[in-house]
Amino acid sequence: MIKVENLVKTYGSIVASNNLNCHFEKGKITVILGGSGSGKSTLLRQITGLEKPDSGAVHFDGLDLTCTDKKSLYEKRKKMGMLFQGSALFNYLNIFENIAFPLREHTRIADNVIKTIVTMKLEMVGLRGTEHLMPSQLSGGMTKRVGLARAIVMDPKVIFYDEPTSGLDPISTGVIDKLIRDLNRKLNITSIVVSHDIESCFRIADKVIILFYGDIIAEGTVEEIKTSEDLKVQQFIKGEPEGPIPFTRTDKNYVEDLLLE
Amino acid sequence: MDMAASLGQVTIRRIQILGRSGIFLFVSFIQVFTPPVRVHRLIKEIEFIGSKSFLIVFVTALFTGMVLGLQGHHTLTQFGAEALLGSAVALSIIRELGPVLCALMVTGRAGSAITAEIGIMKITDQFPALEMMAIDPLKYVISPKILAGIISLPLLTAFFDLVGISGGFLVGVKLLGVNEGAYFGKMISAVTFSDIYGGILKSLSFGVLIAWISCFMGFFAQPTTEGVSKATTQSVVLTSLSILVVDYILTSLLL
Repeated sequence: MIKVENLVKTYGSIVASNNLNCHFEKGKITVILGGSGSGKSTLLRQITGLEKPDSGAVHFDGLDLTCTDKKSLYEKRKKMGMLFQGSALFNYLNIFENIAFPLREHTRIADNVIKTIVTMKLEMVGLRGTEHLMPSQLSGGMTKRVGLARAIVMDPKVIFYDEPTSGLDPISTGVIDKLIRDLNRKLNITSIVVSHDIESCFRIADKVIILFYGDIIAEGTVEEIKTSEDLKVQQFIKGEPEGPIPFTRTDKNYVEDLLLE
Repeated sequence: MDMAASLGQVTIRRIQILGRSGIFLFVSFIQVFTPPVRVHRLIKEIEFIGSKSFLIVFVTALFTGMVLGLQGHHTLTQFGAEALLGSAVALSIIRELGPVLCALMVTGRAGSAITAEIGIMKITDQFPALEMMAIDPLKYVISPKILAGIISLPLLTAFFDLVGISGGFLVGVKLLGVNEGAYFGKMISAVTFSDIYGGILKSLSFGVLIAWISCFMGFFAQPTTEGVSKATTQSVVLTSLSILVVDYILTSLLL
């Protein structure tokens, strides 16, 4: 479905994607795990075509998104849905209009049909009855679910989730996890999740990719990751403060830094 | 050497920004004419930039006209030429004060709000969200604002001229007793078509300036709260100064 080849992206001296190669299978949930600054969000932005890589290719449904024109990119985007970290709802539209937005822009569906579709999508995320509210009147977990309803309103083939559970309470996290799994199993939607939530990842993932400073350090099923002997992987999934992944950002010696002017 | 290098760096950066803003305006303007044309978006923006500025433009115009009537009468009576009051008020408003003051008031009211709105849309990822829904953010958000600026400003300026001249009439004729026939008669003979044409040309340019700078500053604001507040301030300052500079350039070309 989606294939990433030799992807390179640097910002100044920071390497966000270091010659990445990976494959996202159709109908599966792939979770990209990594700490802050590991390049996972950058990878997602490159897969969706929001950002251009320095070199390399992203094949989506038989088309290289990195060197296509805007028109064909937008054609492919109609088959994608994305849930943003902050939901990215339009604050000047109410919940109903937010979800109906892609339908109104891209189709000529009659108003009463749009109403039916929006009601169905809201029912899927358990928020029927909030149509008339504004995004600012909802809690974080609820706006995420509205964002999800908007992402699936055009019946996409692929959904991208950017940290879907960050900043949510355990129950909201559980609800979002269940929604991601249900959408995948019932509608066979290919899902790509960027996250640093290990528990949620292990609940939903068919395949896990772990990124570390722009490199893929592990790739496999949940079982394979759990039993991996790589020390970095073990440190990351157990959340240990001590290990091969350094906590401080500088290589300079601490004592020297303290003593030297 | 260091100073020369950093001076060069700053200059190159400024020129880059200028170039970027030029491309930004060009692309957004081209998008106005490519289908699909979203009329409801345009009407919404005209309502925001245009009709919601009516009251503030009305008050500014009324008092500008009134004070012109007062000052003009005071000066002109010294030469026994108070009959010329009508033409003095009308010419100064139609040629200069109408377009410039109207544009400055709209900058303060709508320009700052546009920058803040676009900056907040940027912080909250609404532009990538539009991109992901296969909608061009420049076409959807920016183009209607630029077209609305071009449509609204000349209309607001015409309204300003009308109210301003009435303000001068109120003070000059009704309060200070200038002859009514002289007020309007001198005005009609003094104001030529090229004055009105020049005023409209100015207001058109100011309309583009306001929408262009406020949209650009918001769109390229640093994606933080400080970034947006800084961009909002800068946008108002830059737009106001540009209006005054462009006004001088246009006047020198028109005269």
